[in-house]
Amino acid sequence: MSQVFILAEFSGDAPAKTVAELATAGAKAGSVTAVVLAAPGKGAALAGLITSGPIAEVVVIESDAFVKYSVPAAADAIAQLISARKADAFLVASSAYGKEVAARVAVQVESGLITDAVDVGADLTATQLVFGGSTTVHSRVSHGCAVITVRPNSVTPDLAASSPTITNATFDISASAQLAEVLSSAPFVKGGRPELTEAQIIVSGGRGTNGDFAVVEAFADSLGAAVGASRAATDAGWYPHSHQVGQTGKTVSPQLYVACGISGAIQHRAGMQTSKLIVAVNKDPDAPIFEIADFGVVGDLFAVLPKATEGVQARKS
Amino acid sequence: MKIAVCVKQVPDSWAEKKMVNGLLDREGVDAVLNDLDEYAVEEALRIVEAHGGNGEGGAHTITLISMGPARTTDAVRKGLSMGADSAIIITDDALVGSDAIGTSKVLAGVIADQKFDLVLCGTESTDARMSVVPAMLAQRLGWAQLTFAGSVSVTPETSSVTITRETEAGIDTMKAQFPCVISVIEKINEPRYPSFKGIMAAKKKPMEVHSLSAIGLEAQSAWSAVVDATPRPAKAAGIKVVDEGAGGEALLNFLAEKKFI
Ligand SMILES: Cc1cc2nc3c(=O)[nH]c(=O)nc-3n(C[C@H](O)[C@H](O)[C@H](O)COP(=O)(O)OP(=O)(O)OC[C@H]3O[C@@H](n4cnc5c(N)ncnc54)[C@H](O)[C@@H]3O)c2cc1C
Ligand SMILES: Nc1ncnc2c1ncn2[C@@H]1O[C@H](COP(=O)(O)O)[C@@H](O)[C@H]1O
Repeated sequence: MSQVFILAEFSGDAPAKTVAELATAGAKAGSVTAVVLAAPGKGAALAGLITSGPIAEVVVIESDAFVKYSVPAAADAIAQLISARKADAFLVASSAYGKEVAARVAVQVESGLITDAVDVGADLTATQLVFGGSTTVHSRVSHGCAVITVRPNSVTPDLAASSPTITNATFDISASAQLAEVLSSAPFVKGGRPELTEAQIIVSGGRGTNGDFAVVEAFADSLGAAVGASRAATDAGWYPHSHQVGQTGKTVSPQLYVACGISGAIQHRAGMQTSKLIVAVNKDPDAPIFEIADFGVVGDLFAVLPKATEGVQARKS
Repeated sequence: MKIAVCVKQVPDSWAEKKMVNGLLDREGVDAVLNDLDEYAVEEALRIVEAHGGNGEGGAHTITLISMGPARTTDAVRKGLSMGADSAIIITDDALVGSDAIGTSKVLAGVIADQKFDLVLCGTESTDARMSVVPAMLAQRLGWAQLTFAGSVSVTPETSSVTITRETEAGIDTMKAQFPCVISVIEKINEPRYPSFKGIMAAKKKPMEVHSLSAIGLEAQSAWSAVVDATPRPAKAAGIKVVDEGAGGEALLNFLAEKKFI
C-alpha cells in the first residue's frame, strides 16, 4: 500500500476544504498522512481540528520559520519528512503557495512534478485538463515520490469522521531557505461570500457592468454564489484583483459559472472553461463567450439579472 | 547590476493547441515570446533605468536566457528590441520533451556560470502554465526566492531588494539581498512596444546559441510523462435566447431545471 502525504492548510481556525479533498484523492492510492506546519505551541490545537476525511495520521512540525520564510521553509520540512518516511506521493493544493512548495520539494527529493491535477487515481496517475479544458491528459510521475498539486474543488471530498493518530516531527532549515524574509503579511479578508476557488456557483461581471457590480452581487447572493470578475473589471478598479478569473487570475471550476457582460477572451476562458455548466448574459449576440455557454441570454444584464434575482428569491420563499 | 531574464518561446496563446504523441505540437502554430515574460523584461529595464541604465553608457547589463527549439531566436529577438543587451539560448534535440525539473536544471546551469545579481522571470509560461520554474531556480541556485512580485524595489548600493508578493492568499512584503530570483505578475507594469530604433539595434545584439554539451550539461529524461491525451468531445451547442422581456425568466427556468434553485 502506498504512503501518501498531504499538506494540510488552514483557513482561519478550520482546516481548508482542500484537506479533505487531498485526503480523498490520496486515500484511493494508500494510507494518508496529513502534515501540519504550525507556529511553536500551536500544532496540537491545529492537529485536533482534523476530524474528517480519510486521514490515518497527522504529523505536526512546529517552527517560526513557516511564517518568517514561507515557501522555502515549508519545502525543507516536507522534503525531509517524505524522504525519511519514504513517501510514495505528496499532494498539495494548487495555489501559488502550494505549487511553489511542490516545486522546491520535487527538486530536493529528486522527483517528478505534476501540477493542476483534477483527480489522482489509485495508481497515482494524475488527470489534468489542459488547453482551456479542451483536452484531458493522464500523466504519471516516473521518478521518485509522485509530487502532485491538485486543484481545489475538483475532488468530491469524503467527509466521514476520522480520528488520526498525531505524531510530532522536527526538521533542519537550510541556510538558503532563510534568505528572503517576510516582513509583513496581509491575508485577504474573507467577505461573507464563499471563496472563489471553493464555490459551487460563481457569478462574474466584466466590462459590461460599467463599474456597477450591485446587480451581479445581488444575483450571486440570491444563489449563495461567489463573485468573480474579468480583468477589464479588475484593471478598472471596479472589483478587487483577488476576484479576477482567468489566466492571470484564479482558475475556477464550479458547478455553475455565470458570466455577465464578459466577452469571453481566451485569457478569461483559460480560468473558467472547465466549469461544469456555463451561462452567459451579454448584449452582443456574437460575443465569443456564447461559443462555450450551455445557456446564453442575449440581452442587457441590467434588465436580465434583476428579474432573475427576483425570481430566485420568490422561488425560495 | 548584472541582471538575467528567463524568457520562453511559446505557441501563440490565441492559437488552437493540440497534443501529438504526448507532447504539445509546437510545429503547427506561431511561436511568440511568452507574454508574461515581457513583464519581466520590462521590469528589468525599469530597474536599470532607475539606476543609470544599460546599453551604451549604462553600467548595468540585461541578459536574456532561454531554452527552446532553434526558432526560439525569433521570440528572444523581441526582448532584445525592447532593450535587453544580449541573449543566451540553449537548444538541443536532447531537450525535446523536457519537464520543469529538467528545464530548471538547464537554466540554473547557465545562470550559475555567471555572476548575476538578479534573475527575473514571468510567473507562468502560457503553454505549460505550471508557475514552478522560478521557485525551482531559487532552490537549485541556493538564492533568495522573491516570487509573484506585484512591485519590486531595488537598492543597488546595499544589494537589497524588497517586493510585494501578491497571490490569491493575500499580499506579503518580502526582503532579501542579492542574488535573488524574482518572478513578476502581470499587474506590475505595462511592457513597452519595441521602437523602430530598438528593432534595428536588436539585429546587432549578441545572441549566443549553445548545445547542452557546449555548456557542460547533460540532458536528463523527464521525470513525469503523459500516458494519454484525449480531446474532450466538443460541447453540444448551448441554448441561446434573446431577451425581449422574458430573458430573466428563461434563465430562471434553466437554473431550476438544472436544480440550482
Ligand atoms: C497577459 C494577459 C493576461 C490576461 N489575463 C486575464 C485574466 O486572467 N482574466 C481575464 O478576464 N482577462 C485577462 N486578460 C484580458 C483579456 O484579454 C480581456 O481583455 C478581458 O478578459 C476582457 O474583459 P471583459 O470580457 O470584461 O471585457 P470586454 O472584452 O470589453 O467585454 C465586455 C462585454 O460586455 C458586453 N456588454 C456591454 N454592456 C453590456 C450590458 N449592459 N449587458 C450585457 N452585456 C454587456 C459586451 O457585449 C462585451 O462582450 C489578459 C490579457 C493579457 C494580455
Ligand atoms: N524554457 C524556458 N526558457 C527560459 N525561461 C523559462 C523556460 N521555461 C520557463 N521559464 C521561466 O519560468 C517562468 C515560469 O514558467 P512555468 O513554470 O513553466 O510556468 C516563465 O515565465 C519564464 O520566465
